[in-house]
Amino acid sequence: MQTILFLIRKEFIQIFRHKIMLPMLIMMPLVQLIILANAADFEIRNINIHIINHENNSLNNRLISKFKTSDHFNVIAVGASQKQAHDNILYGNADLYLEIQQDFEKSILRDNNAKVHISANAIDGMKAGLATSYAIHIVQDFNQNIIVESTDLPVSVQESGIVTKSSFWFNPEMDYANFMVPGILVILVTAIGMFFTGINIVREKEMGTIEQINVTPIKKHQFIIGKLSPFLILGLVELALGLTIGKLIFDIPIVGSLWLVFSFATLYLLAVLGLGMLLSTITNTQQQAMFMSWFFLMIFVLMSGLFTPIESMPAWAQKITWFNPVSYFIDVNRKVLLKGSDFYAVQGQFIKISIFAIVINTLAIWNYRKTSG
Amino acid sequence: MKRLFSVIKKETLHILRDWRTLMILISMPIALVVIFGFAVTNEIRNVNIVVVDPSKDAQTMEMIRRMEASGYFNVFSYVETVRDIEKNFQRGDAKIGILFQENFGENLQKYNTAEVQILADASDPNTASILANYAEIIFTRYQMELQGIPTFNGPRIIVENKMLFNPGLKSVYLFVPGVITVILMLICALMTSIALTREKEFGNMELLLVSPLKPGVVVIGKVIPYVVLSFIDLLLILILGDLVFKVPIRGSLILLLLESLLFIATSLSLGIFISTKTNNQQTAMIISLVGLFLPTILLSGFIFPIESMPWPLQWISHIIPARWFIVIIKNIMLKGTEIAFLWKETLILMFMTTAFIVLSIKNFKIRLE
Repeated sequence: MQTILFLIRKEFIQIFRHKIMLPMLIMMPLVQLIILANAADFEIRNINIHIINHENNSLNNRLISKFKTSDHFNVIAVGASQKQAHDNILYGNADLYLEIQQDFEKSILRDNNAKVHISANAIDGMKAGLATSYAIHIVQDFNQNIIVESTDLPVSVQESGIVTKSSFWFNPEMDYANFMVPGILVILVTAIGMFFTGINIVREKEMGTIEQINVTPIKKHQFIIGKLSPFLILGLVELALGLTIGKLIFDIPIVGSLWLVFSFATLYLLAVLGLGMLLSTITNTQQQAMFMSWFFLMIFVLMSGLFTPIESMPAWAQKITWFNPVSYFIDVNRKVLLKGSDFYAVQGQFIKISIFAIVINTLAIWNYRKTSG
Repeated sequence: MKRLFSVIKKETLHILRDWRTLMILISMPIALVVIFGFAVTNEIRNVNIVVVDPSKDAQTMEMIRRMEASGYFNVFSYVETVRDIEKNFQRGDAKIGILFQENFGENLQKYNTAEVQILADASDPNTASILANYAEIIFTRYQMELQGIPTFNGPRIIVENKMLFNPGLKSVYLFVPGVITVILMLICALMTSIALTREKEFGNMELLLVSPLKPGVVVIGKVIPYVVLSFIDLLLILILGDLVFKVPIRGSLILLLLESLLFIATSLSLGIFISTKTNNQQTAMIISLVGLFLPTILLSGFIFPIESMPWPLQWISHIIPARWFIVIIKNIMLKGTEIAFLWKETLILMFMTTAFIVLSIKNFKIRLE
């Protein structure tokens, strides 16, 4: 027992001897949370629109001013030239252009219909889709207005029939940060667990100090416990720090039990630390260890449902996520923090992460040899 | 010249010897393009719903049938109370709950009004609002049919719309330029900064400096193999994007490669600059990761549109080289833009490269402390 305590002490001294380490541990959650929670907002504002308009009359102007007053759009130019509109899109000044057909007003009065055309820069497909649907919505709204004016129907006719009401649970303000923060915390904890453990052990290998430890009477399990527990502690501290920042700055709801979150985090960290250790047994230099952990981290994060829902993935990709510990923790974190799920609701994830931790650590210990060569 | 070649040969041997890192550097871009091309999508289909339907009459059944027929929804189960819906949300079994009022069909016939509630699990707000919208549209259409309201009874504006440059709205079009940027940055800035500090940490830098090699030759010789490596990755991504995902290269390929070379130069000078400031690999890694890599992914417009960010972040994004390169490469590949439209971004990258080179030369120490 005492040997382990000595080892843990040695690790802590080594970790904090790097002057950059302590500020990193504090700054990392702060910067990541602030940047990610704000940047990762997919809601789209300030869409730049160029309007092609051929005549100046009240109907056209009303449609244009509807765009000008909308929160989503930012009318950058109104003009008759189609080339100018196209150039603006090519140059990146406009996200989409709307062309009101020639003789728009006449056409409505004479034929009872008229055309408008919308072209969007669709390189960012999602943004283009949303922007176009906002624009169509505005045009249809305008259409509704002129229908009501021309037919003099009482508006109340619309009210009867099936009344549909929507309500949004757990996040009535639809705050995107609430969704992101629990996920980002997982990435933070993972970075500490996987990255630093892997690099730490390999550093001893690269520097040759691991042989000095190997020739001492320290047992294999003592060495492993001594190496892993400092990072387990750091990971939990980091999680607590991140949660505090999330609460103070983003005011994320913490509905469920924190005990549940932290006990899952402990199991999760055991799994991830094991993964870091496994990586360190198959690499020889810090550079390799870093790239290996970076490679896995990147794939884990992209396939974790952090940004896009797992349910949207094709079936084969969903199967791959069964082996992704990050996706379990993000899921549990969101459920417990935002929806107040109890243990019963997340027991499946608890079982899976425990199996994961046992398998990975067995492999890692198997692979770790006290003799070099 | 011969000396330069021997340094290049030495560094190439270093890279080839470390086959694990080499394998990752080659397989990383492939894995990223495949994941972004197939797995990262926002497409919504077959979302589980739970239904509270006390009356189970013709109307409610028809509404649920229509929801399922739309392809977006899939009934997970019928439950008794609102509390059951909440439990389903907490377990994550369903994302939408439909709550019909009692005697729905009867009310609709007798009083011409009946209420249905759409309850959405908004812990994921984007998906929730899209789903609630879909459900509302389905119900509204049904109601219009029931009442026999002719769809239009007045002047009608027809909206045509067209998606330029990417008619299929494929997300991989956006991600291929992003992956290229990240990989070039990773190899050129991260790898070189580590490779240079590694020599310092092991004391080899001194050996190189006391040799007849000029410091400039050492540095150039060390970075050239990484330029080659990153060029291989660039071609790999372009070919993969073209063959598997049909991502077009509409502009001039020559211009694309030249601009990539410019960005490679920017990243290299950044990597060299970092290495002049650090003495061990771990610090170099941390600085490269936190200072370069995360901002490149988050603030360059790779995944998240810059326009939606709060203004301080938009402002910070101006100093990130990747932001400018992504604009260039997206325009050339997808819009077929010519240099006339891209000179601003090109000049900014040139300026950044020069600045980093000047700073590195100033900081480069040829003597020991």
